[in-house]
Amino acid sequence: MGIYSCIGKNLDEAKDALYNGKSGIGIDPVRKEMGYFSSLTGILERPDLKKMLDRRKRHCLPEQGEYAYMATVEAFKNAGIDEAFLEKNDVGILYGNDSSTSPVINAIDIIREKKNTALVGSASIFQSMNSTVTMNLSVIFKLRGINFTIAGACASGSHAIGIGYLLIKLGYQDCILCGGAQEVNPYAVGSFDGLSAFSTQEEDPHKASKPFDKKRDGLVPSGGGASLVLESYESAIKRGAPILAEVTGYGFSSNGDHISVPNVDGPRKSLQNAIKDAGISLEEIKYINAHATSTPVGDLNEAKAISEVFNGYKPYVTSTKSMTGHEMWMAGASEVIYSTLMMNNNFIAPNLNFEEPDEASSLLNIPAQRVDIEFDAFLSNSFGFGGTNSTLIVRKFKA
Amino acid sequence: MTNEEIIEKIRTTLAEEFEVDIELIQPEALLMQTLELDSLDLVDMVVLVEQNFGFNITGQDFTEIKTFQDFYDLVIVRMKEKEAK
Repeated sequence: MGIYSCIGKNLDEAKDALYNGKSGIGIDPVRKEMGYFSSLTGILERPDLKKMLDRRKRHCLPEQGEYAYMATVEAFKNAGIDEAFLEKNDVGILYGNDSSTSPVINAIDIIREKKNTALVGSASIFQSMNSTVTMNLSVIFKLRGINFTIAGACASGSHAIGIGYLLIKLGYQDCILCGGAQEVNPYAVGSFDGLSAFSTQEEDPHKASKPFDKKRDGLVPSGGGASLVLESYESAIKRGAPILAEVTGYGFSSNGDHISVPNVDGPRKSLQNAIKDAGISLEEIKYINAHATSTPVGDLNEAKAISEVFNGYKPYVTSTKSMTGHEMWMAGASEVIYSTLMMNNNFIAPNLNFEEPDEASSLLNIPAQRVDIEFDAFLSNSFGFGGTNSTLIVRKFKA
Repeated sequence: MTNEEIIEKIRTTLAEEFEVDIELIQPEALLMQTLELDSLDLVDMVVLVEQNFGFNITGQDFTEIKTFQDFYDLVIVRMKEKEAK
């Protein structure tokens, strides 16, 4: 696994932030100047890749591609995968990404002003496409297996892991780099801000994202890069890979309903499908990493779906978005990483800012403080615009 | 701008953009090979010239350019033409 996010530029930093309940949310003053309702955002700096990649490779990477690259370097290193392995094996890539706003805007600005498309430069097209992350990383790391991007709104990263899991399970691939990436810049989420979807509780940024709390008023946009190496058990054992956890279930569904307002039935079905696929009993799931983005309706309906599915049994439920904000296209992948870090280090990070439940969250077991606990399996939800739902179940690996 | 100043600006700009040692940029050295340019990089040359010297070149112009001296000559001529307008 590898991570580059507002709560850590590597796994150790992210683990410490989760353990200590440290928020990565802050203020971007530029957004206020641009007329945003909310200037809240995850705060992370762009990595300096000059000593890591040549000019051509750097130029073709957009912002979120840089984050994904950093996360992937860490993931391959931790997985014990080097250039020689990549040379000899057909390693694939499935990454969640659903926009690349900044390069598109920059290119159009130049074309409008200069009336000469050549002045956009050579790298723009490779930065602008939704498949920018997979096209760049597959070239940089010389990947020769499956290679495409999954655009499933805020469930993109989760679906990427789910599809990777299925391809390995069906025997089509032995090893796939899965993940999610999300740009963080003043252009990326302007139209989203325009829907009044973001929290405007700017006076204390660390308190703005309050999933499941009665006073929640919207999400905080964020982003970065999250990479996981999915590998068949046989391949991992054969090369002596350090196995961190096992993806055991993938459930999905589509609401077939409103374009932005989530419902209860779709998420419920996604959870049920994942549980069935994993063949796991409800009581074995000790922790749920909720999608809960801190929006009034989304959190309410997810809480209802979880309550219905778990039917009286109450595993711990938290949303790490209380610390990270909503990492959108990346969130489904990063939250599996955060949850695995917690599972392998025997704690559940606090659901920050959870002070007063509403009628649905009062039925869940949501800790506002860190819980020190050993657990062997977790469930991770990711839902997106258009009613796309993805649920993953991950177990601790036991040799 | 004198011709010498134009040439020095070209050398500095190319060295910075294409990340090569400026000492490799000599009049008789081959431009494409020295800068390790491919077809995509030629598009960036178009941008570089427009941003730094204020005129447009096309891919066609590069068919005539072999050495850095050829490139200096092209830029100097176009700069003089621009000034004359």
